[in-house]
Amino acid sequence: MRIPIYLDYSATTPVDPRVVDAMLPYLREQFGNAASRSHSFGWDAERAVERAREQVAALAGADPREIIWTSGATESINLALKGAAQFYRDKGRHLVTVRTEHKATLDTMRELERAGFEVTYLDVQQDGLLDLAQFEAALRPDTIVASVMLVNNEIGVIQDIEAIGELCRGRGIVFHVDAAQASGKVPIALEKLKVDLMSFSAHKTYGPKGIGALYVRRKPRVRLEAQIHGGGHERGLRSGTLPTHQIVGMGEAFRIAMEDMPSDNERIRALRDHLLAGLSQIPELYVNGDMHRRVPHNLNVSFNFVEGESLIMAIKEIAVSSGSACTSASLEPSYVLRALGRSDELAHSSIRFTVGRFTTREEVDYASELLQRKVSRLREMSPLWEMYNEGVDLNTVEWTAH
Amino acid sequence: MSYSQKVVDHYENPRNVGSFDRNDSSVGTGMVGAPACGDVMKLQIRVNQDGVIEDARFKTYGCGSAIASSSLVTEWVKGKTLDQAMRIRNTHIAEELALPPVKIHCSILAEDAIKAAIADYRTKCEDVSEIGVQPGAQQAAKAAA
Repeated sequence: MRIPIYLDYSATTPVDPRVVDAMLPYLREQFGNAASRSHSFGWDAERAVERAREQVAALAGADPREIIWTSGATESINLALKGAAQFYRDKGRHLVTVRTEHKATLDTMRELERAGFEVTYLDVQQDGLLDLAQFEAALRPDTIVASVMLVNNEIGVIQDIEAIGELCRGRGIVFHVDAAQASGKVPIALEKLKVDLMSFSAHKTYGPKGIGALYVRRKPRVRLEAQIHGGGHERGLRSGTLPTHQIVGMGEAFRIAMEDMPSDNERIRALRDHLLAGLSQIPELYVNGDMHRRVPHNLNVSFNFVEGESLIMAIKEIAVSSGSACTSASLEPSYVLRALGRSDELAHSSIRFTVGRFTTREEVDYASELLQRKVSRLREMSPLWEMYNEGVDLNTVEWTAH
Repeated sequence: MSYSQKVVDHYENPRNVGSFDRNDSSVGTGMVGAPACGDVMKLQIRVNQDGVIEDARFKTYGCGSAIASSSLVTEWVKGKTLDQAMRIRNTHIAEELALPPVKIHCSILAEDAIKAAIADYRTKCEDVSEIGVQPGAQQAAKAAA
């Protein structure tokens, strides 16, 4: 077993060795530019790019002609939201999204607000899920775009995009879904969903970093204004020479995801549940987000009466994400957990464990044993834990804020 | 965040973790900070008849720097008179632990904790002297019993 143990698969994944093998020829012999129409180097590259486009489309249940290559989910989201808002700006200026979205969506929305659009940021329920009635109530005659993520990056909950799509389509609202955390984790059937735009990333699904895709529906046709101009690649929606090796990598990664999803998910879910069972021996442990409508590899928990940064410091042997921003001067607990209504303390002591294709049971056992040991050590040092055990209600204490 | 060697040492081997009986008249207890801010420090001092701090304990909920700051001051206050302990400044703590600027508030909190513990002890002394018993004497009586 190698230390540190990687339990941060939602941050990024290692590239699957099969993906690396598929990519290498396109860095060596088959280095051609897919836009070169006059020789076999270009034809080979183009063939590889189109095969990958089919592989990505297949995992999403889309037509290959609906897939646009980008540099990653962040660019896809920018293109989708800015592109649609700008194209349909004469229809209205209102957009709707959710507070727990990824920063790629939230910051793009902020930028659109600066450009004169109006954005509604919806709250989620305590389980992290969107209340559909609340969503519907936010839609207005001048709403042109709605954006909701399929799988939340922090707590892994799965939003009901099927129902949200129905609400949007009937009103002619362009519906964008951020699926960066969803590919290979949940089945996506775009042919059945009323989703107009969907953003994908390769590196969350055992592909390389620096490549992603945007699904742009053909029927009914969704129009976008390009954000990057140049050689008119990707039907003018995204110019720039295609990175053939990256694209081949994403295609192969998505092909493997499609093939292995059922078996991967079953094994990964068992590991995640095993981890939760181990951690559940720790008292005052809180699971963040709904456990049923959730991807199989995510576990997000808060350890009450333990401060987040000291906990992260105590568990250097495992690589996990913390809900707190340790490096910032101000104490900033996760905005996602705050949106669930978690107290600052609980939000600050949250840890996101995300297991993956290469996680072993031995690693999970090590992690839960480590957490049990370190949480108990920090609690022995915690005056809050002491007060809790003495029966003091911490909410009634008058603290000296500083 | 990279910590200094001294912070890591105090964090991994904290000195004087624990609690004294807060009702003991020779004990002063200071609790400062707030859970929502991410730091709560409880510092306790045990003062002998000569007004010298002979022992100290702490419990801290907070980051590595907060734990290290409180661990350090429990070492520093031992053997000091109350007046000497009152002169410990957060800048001394921050300097000793080489705290980065974003962690200076941990040292301020530790200074506040010392002052709060001393103030608590002094308040207790006043209460006790009002009924005519010296705190040290009461402590001795308790030990004898």
